[in-house]
Amino acid sequence: MKFTNEQMERYSRNIILNEVGVKGQIKLLESKVLIVGTGGLGAPAALYLAAAGVGTIGLVDADAVDLSNLQRQIIHSTTKVGKPKVASGREAINDLNPDVNVVTYQEWVSSANITDIIKDEDYDFIIDGTDNFPAKFLINDACVLLHKPFSHAGIIKFFGQTMTYVPGQGPCYRCVFLNPPPPNTVPTCKEAGVLGVMGGIIGTVQATEAVKYLLGIGELLTGRLLVFDALEMEFRTVTLASRKNCVVCGENPTLKDLIDYEQRACEL
Amino acid sequence: MIVKVNGNEVVLEKAISLKELLVVQQVRTPEYVTVQLNNEFISAGSFEDTLIKDGDEIEFLYFMGGGQAL
Ligand SMILES: [Zn+2]
Repeated sequence: MKFTNEQMERYSRNIILNEVGVKGQIKLLESKVLIVGTGGLGAPAALYLAAAGVGTIGLVDADAVDLSNLQRQIIHSTTKVGKPKVASGREAINDLNPDVNVVTYQEWVSSANITDIIKDEDYDFIIDGTDNFPAKFLINDACVLLHKPFSHAGIIKFFGQTMTYVPGQGPCYRCVFLNPPPPNTVPTCKEAGVLGVMGGIIGTVQATEAVKYLLGIGELLTGRLLVFDALEMEFRTVTLASRKNCVVCGENPTLKDLIDYEQRACEL
Repeated sequence: MIVKVNGNEVVLEKAISLKELLVVQQVRTPEYVTVQLNNEFISAGSFEDTLIKDGDEIEFLYFMGGGQAL
């Protein structure tokens, strides 16, 4: 692959980094990242990955842009209200960087489609930008079963947390949280609220993890949970225990089929 | 005795169980909290039988995303 002059200029701040260089930039341009949910977390992740020159970005979201999304979902804009989020996301990404091939999936993830979506472009890395526990467990299980690395994250109010799963390199999301909490035991973010920047902070951590994984540099959040408290302005990384008997990633896994847990929709 | 809960030092007058610590720390829905004691997961069924010792490091990990941090 050969860079055009325009690409040399566009990615110059990446290329000048020893850890990236021309080789790393080519790697990014040849990489494929799937972002599930183009909301509070997925929006900033998508924009930064697009800006960095990740060559293929998949966007999954069945929803349309709503005015109440714009407080935090910065990939969308006022003129896009009512439009499918994946279409709005594609336009924003290609305005920012026409190099990026955006693949859109205007659907909710379920056990019926997630495997096909991940396999569609044989994505290298998956970002969980969803807003509900059934989807989070589904993404975890699908990635573990397909041996795909992914970044998990959640935000609420003034708090956020994120961890990275890489096959064979530490616990999965289910190791830590076992099962989704029953529906209606937890108020939705619509009820609880979330500070708009929480998605920006945690979503860009997810994008950073994706770029690091793709380039093979640094220490990922594998086996660690990064917990952020915006009120205290404190980041902590908690070393996670291992769970050898995890039903999906443990020594004798029993979970072979994906599960559709009862869903309670919530907008991040 | 002194223990660490989510990185913060907590002074306890006497030895208490993990279940009691959840109450002392005002964890609202202990049934949905993941507990690590000295970097090992403790199942919810063992909260009552697990005694906290001096110097223990406890992490309460909360569900987050799509709902409130429990
Ligand atoms: Zn696991």
